[in-house]
Amino acid sequence: MGAGHGHRLHFHGHSPVHRAPAHLKVLALLAFVLLVVATPRDWYPVFALHLAVLLGVVALARVPLGYLLPRMVVEVPFLLFAALIPFVAEGPRVGVPMPGGWELSLSEHGLVAAWGLAVKGTLGVLASLTLAATTEPNEVLRGLQRLRFPDLLVQIMSFMVRYLDVVTADLGRMVTAMRSRGVDPRSPRHWPALARTLGALFVRSYERGERVHLAMLSRGYDGKLPETVR
Amino acid sequence: MTPTLDLRGVAFAYPDGHQALFGVDLHVHPGERVALLGPNGAGKTTLVLHLNGILSAESGHGEGSVAVSGLPVTKKNLLEIRRRVGIVFQDPDDQLFMGSVRADVAFGPANLGLKGAALEKRVMDALEQVGMAAYADRPPHHLSFGQRRRVAVATVLAMEPEILVLDEPSSNLDPASRRELADILRGLDVTLLMVTHDLPYALELCPRSVVLSGGRVVADGRTYDVLTDDALMRAHRLELPWGFDPRTVPVDSLPG
Repeated sequence: MGAGHGHRLHFHGHSPVHRAPAHLKVLALLAFVLLVVATPRDWYPVFALHLAVLLGVVALARVPLGYLLPRMVVEVPFLLFAALIPFVAEGPRVGVPMPGGWELSLSEHGLVAAWGLAVKGTLGVLASLTLAATTEPNEVLRGLQRLRFPDLLVQIMSFMVRYLDVVTADLGRMVTAMRSRGVDPRSPRHWPALARTLGALFVRSYERGERVHLAMLSRGYDGKLPETVR
Repeated sequence: MTPTLDLRGVAFAYPDGHQALFGVDLHVHPGERVALLGPNGAGKTTLVLHLNGILSAESGHGEGSVAVSGLPVTKKNLLEIRRRVGIVFQDPDDQLFMGSVRADVAFGPANLGLKGAALEKRVMDALEQVGMAAYADRPPHHLSFGQRRRVAVATVLAMEPEILVLDEPSSNLDPASRRELADILRGLDVTLLMVTHDLPYALELCPRSVVLSGGRVVADGRTYDVLTDDALMRAHRLELPWGFDPRTVPVDSLPG
């Protein structure tokens, strides 16, 4: 047992970016992402400018890029999807010569669309990771509260933060128990068993949710968290 | 004298038709420490959830009445009932859900309307009683299991309950944590009802034991007498750990 210390996304530090109030950081992130999304995808130099601003903030926060980049793997499924677009999109096509004497035919519109998705996605993920690296999860929640984010959503998110480790540890123990009985989670042959584990994990978490709710009712919970304890 | 707990003819069936309790009578008087023993599936948890009105005749198919220090457990009394009856659940991860130990212990009293310095004092007093005051600002999931169990006790103590109800307090604790918790529980000035399978723990802490089996109270007496009644023990799937014999425990080390 025993959960890991600190959150996996947070990079401990004391830079001006770390010390900035969380609600300002959340607003800045939102503004930045909206700006990136609103930029037409063929204004190539502007994206370089976006990236420069973002890297400037990362440098100011003194978070090493070697810390952020590996965490960008969450974006991979999205990038795979973007990479498919040039193959399936309509419109004029360009040929790309391939080794072996044949040509790969790609849609021009598709290429531009894929570029747009990839660059906007990457900038957004990197900016979000920068926020996560410089702000403790609880701080983010307090920031959202100060921004008058609906209370119920903040409560749900705070429970998510609290129980993420517990549920991950649950899953870890279940997978260890399966491995001990000869299951290899990497082999597709065993994926059905793994899927059932996820189902069981869902049921377990649901039941835990009910027990937590009981424990809350037992201490006088009436639908809203008391002001003073947050 | 008004009993702290007064259960009369409590019967309960779950919505799926499973009948868990068949008319339970139980009285616990102020200052008593009582162990509630019984095999798995005897209805202990169902009974505990009746004590603060999570389950009741109003919520399912049940009969009988529960009163806490004279106050009947009904919908309109629920908040006061839940202040009077503090339940410590078995898995501390179910009970500790806030971001820090301090916020978690404050959750109950804040629901009762306490604020500011009074709230802070209540929180620190409760943490002091379980020896966890130094950990007030730590997130609960960074504590050891034994520490989390102690904080779970503090979350309930902070509501200044009239009766503390513990569900399997010694489960999953290492022997040192188990003993430390016993020392803490012995030192508390509060009525105690302890649901447990740990019979030596019951003998160590509780002068009186109640045995629940098949949804009925089948024995109620001195813990020593219950544990040494071989016929009763065998009839209700109660077994002492190997090598443990209550008769060899020095009489003056028994409680009360």
